[in-house]
Amino acid sequence: MSDTAESGGTVLSRAGAGGGGGGNGNNGGQPVVRALGVFARQREATVLVVTVALLLYFGITHNSTFVSETNAADLLSEIMAPIAIIAIGEVLLLICGEIDLSVGFIYTLAPFVTLFAINDYHVPALVAVLLGLLTGVVAGWVNGFITITLGVPSFITTIGTGFIMSGIALTISHAEPSPSPPIALGVGKWLGVPGNPWQWAPVTWAVVLVVIFHLVLTRTRWGLYTISAGGNLLGAREAGINVGRIKYGNFMITGFMGALVGLQTAFYTNNVDPSAGGYSPMFYAVIAAVIGGTAMLGGSGTIFGAFLGAIVLATLTDGFDILGVSANPLGIIFGGAILVAMIANVQLARLRGAGRSI
Amino acid sequence: MTAQDPGTPFSAGDGPAPDDVLRVEHVSKRFGAVTALRDINLHLRRGEVLALLGDNGAGKSTLMKIICGFQQPDRGRILVNGQEVTLKSVEHARSLGIDIVYQDLALIPGLSVYHNMFLNREKVRWPLLNNREMRRVAREHLDEMGVNIPSVSVNVAQLSGGQRQSIAVARAVFENAKVLLLDEPLAAMGVKEGAMILDLVRDLKRRGDVSVIIIAHNYGQVFDICDRVNLVQQGEITFDKPSSETSVEELTNLVVQEYRKALEERQRSA
Repeated sequence: MSDTAESGGTVLSRAGAGGGGGGNGNNGGQPVVRALGVFARQREATVLVVTVALLLYFGITHNSTFVSETNAADLLSEIMAPIAIIAIGEVLLLICGEIDLSVGFIYTLAPFVTLFAINDYHVPALVAVLLGLLTGVVAGWVNGFITITLGVPSFITTIGTGFIMSGIALTISHAEPSPSPPIALGVGKWLGVPGNPWQWAPVTWAVVLVVIFHLVLTRTRWGLYTISAGGNLLGAREAGINVGRIKYGNFMITGFMGALVGLQTAFYTNNVDPSAGGYSPMFYAVIAAVIGGTAMLGGSGTIFGAFLGAIVLATLTDGFDILGVSANPLGIIFGGAILVAMIANVQLARLRGAGRSI
Repeated sequence: MTAQDPGTPFSAGDGPAPDDVLRVEHVSKRFGAVTALRDINLHLRRGEVLALLGDNGAGKSTLMKIICGFQQPDRGRILVNGQEVTLKSVEHARSLGIDIVYQDLALIPGLSVYHNMFLNREKVRWPLLNNREMRRVAREHLDEMGVNIPSVSVNVAQLSGGQRQSIAVARAVFENAKVLLLDEPLAAMGVKEGAMILDLVRDLKRRGDVSVIIIAHNYGQVFDICDRVNLVQQGEITFDKPSSETSVEELTNLVVQEYRKALEERQRSA
């Protein structure tokens, strides 16, 4: 039995599960289990340590630029918040055993819906923004329908829907960017525009949503059933949980997050751009989730961890920029940092697993 | 009762005995050209532990799936507490007090013991879960059943196979199961782990309000704790005796005989 658990040992939290099976020898004495609890909490603590270390490093070595208000707003609102918000959706999906590769194209498409609703149909700005958000929810529903009802793996489903949404955005915009509609700025500033205090809106949204969905994941039925769907699909069904409904819902939440970030970016940059979004924000979000301790194979993960992961990624992006590393080799450093973080995660989890059975 | 006759399955149709919590009468099931069950009769008395033995592919699993509501029989009927029922689904069977515990299917590894105990029946203080109450009740229940878990807050992934199985059984009893089906409860389990499960079943027997069917193909391990043994061979119950009147040797002989007979038939037809 420990074999099945260990087959997922490449993913950090699964490695912990494998150790559980291997620890049959000591049958869980009181101190062992207490130590296990500490280890489980350490999983997030590792990312926390990395986050604090990075912030300290850039904060101390490049004090004047890194800690400045403009940079803090850039780092938190423009880079970190989009990753963190989309990561909320991806964490929920990864935990329940699915993934959404199309969320970056929902990000592309949603602002165009808002833009055209205002420019061509003279819809009130607030309604138009809500329509943009609704686009994300509908796109998530379609992803759910094709994945759950029609039975196509979400990896394929969302590649397909991603292409379609990208195509729609390019077609309706004639591949031309356009400025955000001025009349929408009254609503748009609540989503985030440059300048005080509205530049802090995106990071505020991110923090509020992270807190809410952290509670949803850990303290509500929805969260338990999400973990159940990914951890033991048959067992969840056996217990009478409507697994399909949970997955549909998580696709729709992810779609909403993608649309929200798309709208935020459109307002923040005052640009509705058909080349915005794409795969990149999605990959950043998935990496943030996985660095933060979410299992790629489902069954476990934390939204708080993904939030820390988003801070790590944003700090790296922003920090290297400040260090003056040119854009060309940045990918090398960035990719290396991601791999080092993941290798550390996996190996630490393996050490924890091994320590248990001694 | 006819069921007591050594070596013959009880004859159905003589009306349900008052102490039979479950009766399966003349049940047949085919999958395409394959006959999985042919005219099966089985009964289970209140508080009894029945071992359902048989080789792989004999029809044990199909019979269990029918009793737990996962599959419907082609013919025959099922009586629960003397009432004829049509088990429409696993949930329906569970609502009638019939629950099956699979070794690996039962629990969610990423959730704590108490969340597993309350899965899909959580206590909620809107909008959040009432974790404190669930922890308290789960602890109480496990203590009462004598299940030894250091903390109900640990994730099931961190527990041993025997502990998981015990929790799955405890959960079924907690959900008011009156007929408990244990599918290969000792498979892939060490001696200590196995003893833990057997103790739990012994405890249930002592309490008397839960009846148990244990499915096993390695019957040596379960022989001690069961009251009665049924042997399933090629879709039929060919043997029904109290365990005090039979032995592991007799059962082994029966199984080996059947194997030899099948082998001879195959050779003859070849």
